[in-house]
Amino acid sequence: MSGQTPKTLFDKIWDAHVVETLPDGTALLYIDLHLTHEVTTPQAFEGLRQAGRRVRRPDLTLAVVDHNIATDESRRTGIEDPESRLQVETLERNVREFGVPYIPLLDARQGIVHVIGPELGRSLPGMTIVCGDSHTSTHGALGALAFGIGTSEVEHVLATQTLLQKPARNMRVLVEGNLAFGCSAKDIVLAIIGRIGTAGGTGHVIEYAGDAIRALDMAGRMTVCNMSIEAGARAGMVAPDETTYDYIRRTPYGPKGEAFEQALRWWRTLPSDPGARFDTEVRLAAHEIAPQVTWGTSPETVLPITGAVPDPEAEPNEARRAQMRRMIEYMGLTPGQRLQDLKVDVVFIGSCTNSRIEDIRAAAAIARGRRVAEGVRAMVVPGSGLVKKQAEEEGLDRILKEAGFEWREPGCSMCLGMNPDKLTPGQRCASTSNRNFEGRQGPGGRTHLLSPAMAAAAAIAGRLADVRDFQPKEAA
Amino acid sequence: MQPFTTLTGIAAPLPRANVDTDQIIPARFLKSISRSGFGKNLFANFRYREDGSENPDFVLNQEPYRRAEILIAFENFGCGSSREHAPWALLDFGIRCVIAPDFADIFHNNCFKNGILPVRLPREVCERLMEDARLGGNARITVDLERQVVVRPNGEEIPFQVDPLRRHLLLNGLDDIGQTLQHAAAIDAYEARQRATQPWLAAR
Ligand code: SF4
Repeated sequence: MSGQTPKTLFDKIWDAHVVETLPDGTALLYIDLHLTHEVTTPQAFEGLRQAGRRVRRPDLTLAVVDHNIATDESRRTGIEDPESRLQVETLERNVREFGVPYIPLLDARQGIVHVIGPELGRSLPGMTIVCGDSHTSTHGALGALAFGIGTSEVEHVLATQTLLQKPARNMRVLVEGNLAFGCSAKDIVLAIIGRIGTAGGTGHVIEYAGDAIRALDMAGRMTVCNMSIEAGARAGMVAPDETTYDYIRRTPYGPKGEAFEQALRWWRTLPSDPGARFDTEVRLAAHEIAPQVTWGTSPETVLPITGAVPDPEAEPNEARRAQMRRMIEYMGLTPGQRLQDLKVDVVFIGSCTNSRIEDIRAAAAIARGRRVAEGVRAMVVPGSGLVKKQAEEEGLDRILKEAGFEWREPGCSMCLGMNPDKLTPGQRCASTSNRNFEGRQGPGGRTHLLSPAMAAAAAIAGRLADVRDFQPKEAA
Repeated sequence: MQPFTTLTGIAAPLPRANVDTDQIIPARFLKSISRSGFGKNLFANFRYREDGSENPDFVLNQEPYRRAEILIAFENFGCGSSREHAPWALLDFGIRCVIAPDFADIFHNNCFKNGILPVRLPREVCERLMEDARLGGNARITVDLERQVVVRPNGEEIPFQVDPLRRHLLLNGLDDIGQTLQHAAAIDAYEARQRATQPWLAAR
């Protein structure tokens, strides 16, 4: 590297994938892995068909169903909703016609697209990864450049295995020190979004760094990268290290033997060079982060669980004041109300943010030997069939079921109001998902985002609760 | 794709920041497998009441805004989900231009791919245009992509910036897959190089 300008992780992956640079600076970027699901692809395959085009690299493409499907036993008897069924059937027809590898609904490996990519060993460091889904940023946890695209771009990648892209700006978010008791990756990322705002990362790719990030396991890094899009960033990434390589070694389809060693030699060159320039830098002290929960309808409206609903009248900016009033009304809150006094109707533990085995262990540790409060519906939806199987081998399903949680089949579930799992108007939900937008979990639903342990604590308390008041109980 | 050159039309005021794509088109309406028909559910949670009737308070249910072709909004328009159904719904309703202080990246991209022009203008300018839009049918706004100006009803011209390549594609209604396929030889060469240096990336 001597004599060269120091580069960031993002720059290195970018440079390695430029097929050609067009006169105006737009790059034709090669895509190493294209993940697809049923919602954002029908129009793309239709476009290919109309133009008489084929899928250029079916082998670098992988399809799965996750958004539209039921997460109970009814999935075995077919999809009830005719439109959802048509969308899934359309995907099945398209993958057959275009020869794209596909994981069907009843396959043991089926799950949320952003859970299965890494866990199967398809998502690897240094790759460019895209999917018609904004939370593709999740895969950046492996040290990949991974970002969401629209359906026209899905069609573009299917046809050409490339994308037209303008380089992004580099942002580094440094989280230093140790996380306090009761806090997790979800609290880190919510705190980051609270700090920089939902548009703070616009135009940027965020590299998360610092010892608090390094200390996270892969699931935690995925949680952080997953919500980069909620900070407005196109992608989030963490430089690969021993934690990453150990994780990949255990995946079923990751490179093996000599191929692994060869890959490893390249992966080790990827971390940002000392002195690499970032356009923007943000620092957080991990020990200052308390368990977080959102109160409004934007992920940036986040506070420590010990906080209270803010008073819009104290907000000097008029536009923001109006927005706060609207959020408070929609969420059914009163200014000054303690967050811990908010009763919940539903608890949802799942989504591509928090449905991995580590998340389920965290929830089960709080649930063990306790009971879900009267009148609360609490559900745990593992991110994939493999996560579900692992959890059952560890007996976590039993702990959760004994505590009164529903133990469900993998899918996006209540993360978005698209499949049978939905909130009804006015229901308040403690959710480990990533978006608290109006109506996101169902029309009129009220979402509070938090970590899996905090969600489990809310289920037990029947209201938003401080997980630090819940010491794990020993196994009986 | 329909080319975008100059548009003169009614602008609807939507004085909100952070209009996310779940608001533009809620997930429960994403089940169609075609690109059209999403317009009736544009902003469904605002436009319709729980019983399915129209909410007369929402701007797009009022005259003349039912015929709006331009939308004026505030910061971070189009944030959230990557769903291209959001621009499809806008387009199907008849909206071909959104003016806001800034846009979320993916939505911004998706607009250009569908013949919608997103125009970034400073907050103060958007506030003035919002006032114009409130005047309704008598105050049409012109968006001229060729000259890169927005013309207010009083004749004032406001210049805006747009990426030259995207402007070219939009002015000519060009699909970029066709363009990219002209680089097929370069893509072939890249793949050959990759097979040699990164064999682990090939299908397993
Ligand atoms: S779990 Fe939620 S955020 Fe993740 S892919 Fe599914 S719908 Fe999108």
